[in-house]
Amino acid sequence: MLSYVLRTLSRMVLTFFVIVTIVFFATRLSGNAVDFVIGEGITSEDRDLLIAYYELDEPIFTQYLAFLRAFTDGQFGLSFIERRPVVDMVLERIWPSTQLLLSAMALTLLVSIPLGIAAAIWRNSWVGSAAMVAAFLGYAVPNFVLAIGMVLVFSYWLNWLPVVGNGTALHFIMPTIAMAGVLIAALSRFTRNAMLDVLGQDFMRTARAKGLPEGRVIVKHGLRNAGITLLSVIGLQVAGLAAAGSVVIEAIFAWPGIGDLLVTSALRRDYPVLQFGVLTVALAVIVINAVIDLAYAWADPRLRQSMKG
Amino acid sequence: MSMTAVPAASFPATLLALWRGADFIQKTAIIIGLALVILAVMAPIIAPFDPNSQSLIARLRPPLGFERAKGGYVLGTDELGRDVLSRSLHGLRLTLMLAALGATLGLMLGGVLGLIAGIAGGRTEAVIMAAVDTQIAVPFTLVALFLLAIFGSSLQVIVLVLGLAGWEQYARIVRGEVRRLMKMPFIEAARAAGAGPLRIARYHLLPNIVSPLVVQFTLSLSNIVLLESTLSFLGLGVQPPTATLGAMVGIGRDYMPTAPWIVAAPALMILLITFAVQILGDWLRDGADVRLRAR
Repeated sequence: MLSYVLRTLSRMVLTFFVIVTIVFFATRLSGNAVDFVIGEGITSEDRDLLIAYYELDEPIFTQYLAFLRAFTDGQFGLSFIERRPVVDMVLERIWPSTQLLLSAMALTLLVSIPLGIAAAIWRNSWVGSAAMVAAFLGYAVPNFVLAIGMVLVFSYWLNWLPVVGNGTALHFIMPTIAMAGVLIAALSRFTRNAMLDVLGQDFMRTARAKGLPEGRVIVKHGLRNAGITLLSVIGLQVAGLAAAGSVVIEAIFAWPGIGDLLVTSALRRDYPVLQFGVLTVALAVIVINAVIDLAYAWADPRLRQSMKG
Repeated sequence: MSMTAVPAASFPATLLALWRGADFIQKTAIIIGLALVILAVMAPIIAPFDPNSQSLIARLRPPLGFERAKGGYVLGTDELGRDVLSRSLHGLRLTLMLAALGATLGLMLGGVLGLIAGIAGGRTEAVIMAAVDTQIAVPFTLVALFLLAIFGSSLQVIVLVLGLAGWEQYARIVRGEVRRLMKMPFIEAARAAGAGPLRIARYHLLPNIVSPLVVQFTLSLSNIVLLESTLSFLGLGVQPPTATLGAMVGIGRDYMPTAPWIVAAPALMILLITFAVQILGDWLRDGADVRLRAR
């Protein structure tokens, strides 16, 4: 188990290092690094001063080392627009993003697990087909179309829900649903398939033969085993979808999270903010994946046993 | 060489058999898909107006049949008095073109890398697969956002970015298939007969990998349409005044309370594309009977 943990952690660090390296060289490849680090609209003397200060006249490898040094002293630069440290700007955005993510995940689990189980149990009746058609449509509807559709109906026509910001509980409703839409579609399909795999197993027949009530058979023997498969899916698919979704949804609802910050900084060409924001989100996704990987290994007794040796 | 001749002879018959085997929803998807492609190809001929010609007197007019509608503008006009129908058709054309280019680029890039990884093995394979794992670990929307911000939103950059989306899936599939096939006796026979790696790749591996690749191509096509629409919607894709479906929805959003028809047509078209392509992809996957993970 220990060696597995170490391997997962080292892979995590390596992946992040590769991403940092790619980000650095991509920004330097894109043309004038001076414009990238310092921004426009300053006099040529100030410009020369800043070039020397940021060591942009040094060879590229020295610059790369200087870039890596930021990870030890936390100096990731200033925003071109707001002239504040990018670290502060990104950090204050983390909690709103997390809130939205958690509420979308909660809604996803509450809807998609029962839906997936129902679709698996009644797979040959209209219930199963209806659940799967719904999941399919959810997958085909882009989240921004779903979001502005809801805005049109519930805000502009009915005047029930607020559109901008995260002030009250009411503000959560539309962003949560818009973000969960695609996740629900994906996870209920996975749940259905995982449950179908489990339902045909011998231990399910044994559980029924023992006289256990059907609900207990499904939840205790079925869902528990299917859950292990689901965990791995939640990691790769769901973390990625959620990160991508939050960019779009936060931008639409002006939600003060990282996704919104990334879009505005990309549109305003505020490179230092964009760069640090992208690295932060990438790190978050990598860490979540690693944690789920470990949870997966820990949850599956077969894997746990095989790793003891 | 003879390998390509066999399916070509029975191609129309194969299509007919596929059509007969499709259920109602699949047939609907095929018809929608064909209709969209025809509309996109014919856009310059059938669009009643120039998509970028403005008419400030005819701003924000609703579709025909509503009050204040103006003759000729079937789906109404946008905030600059441009014809929504013409812009939707041209937008559909550009969106589909970008998606097809992007998906093809991804197929070639990922296919070649996967092929190299599978045939070469060893350190080459390790490096390529590490790149694949890295790409899988990072949500692509982020990568796209970053690349478009630093390299600018020109058409070339957009096509390249869309091509990068999904290459890792092709690489994974091709490498897996190649590794499976390389253990087969017919490859050993070819090698014993003196065939080099290029010959083996071209004549013995590729024909056996085509069907999972076609399936993946279809599935990734809808992802790429979504990605392009999302980027354009956010204002990072193709720049105005050029019409793409996503950009029309993104800009039309500001006028939604008074002129919801501006977003309605392009949004519906995006829905129809993803719906049709996904159904077709699933159908092809079932038909090809390969174990691929749905994305």
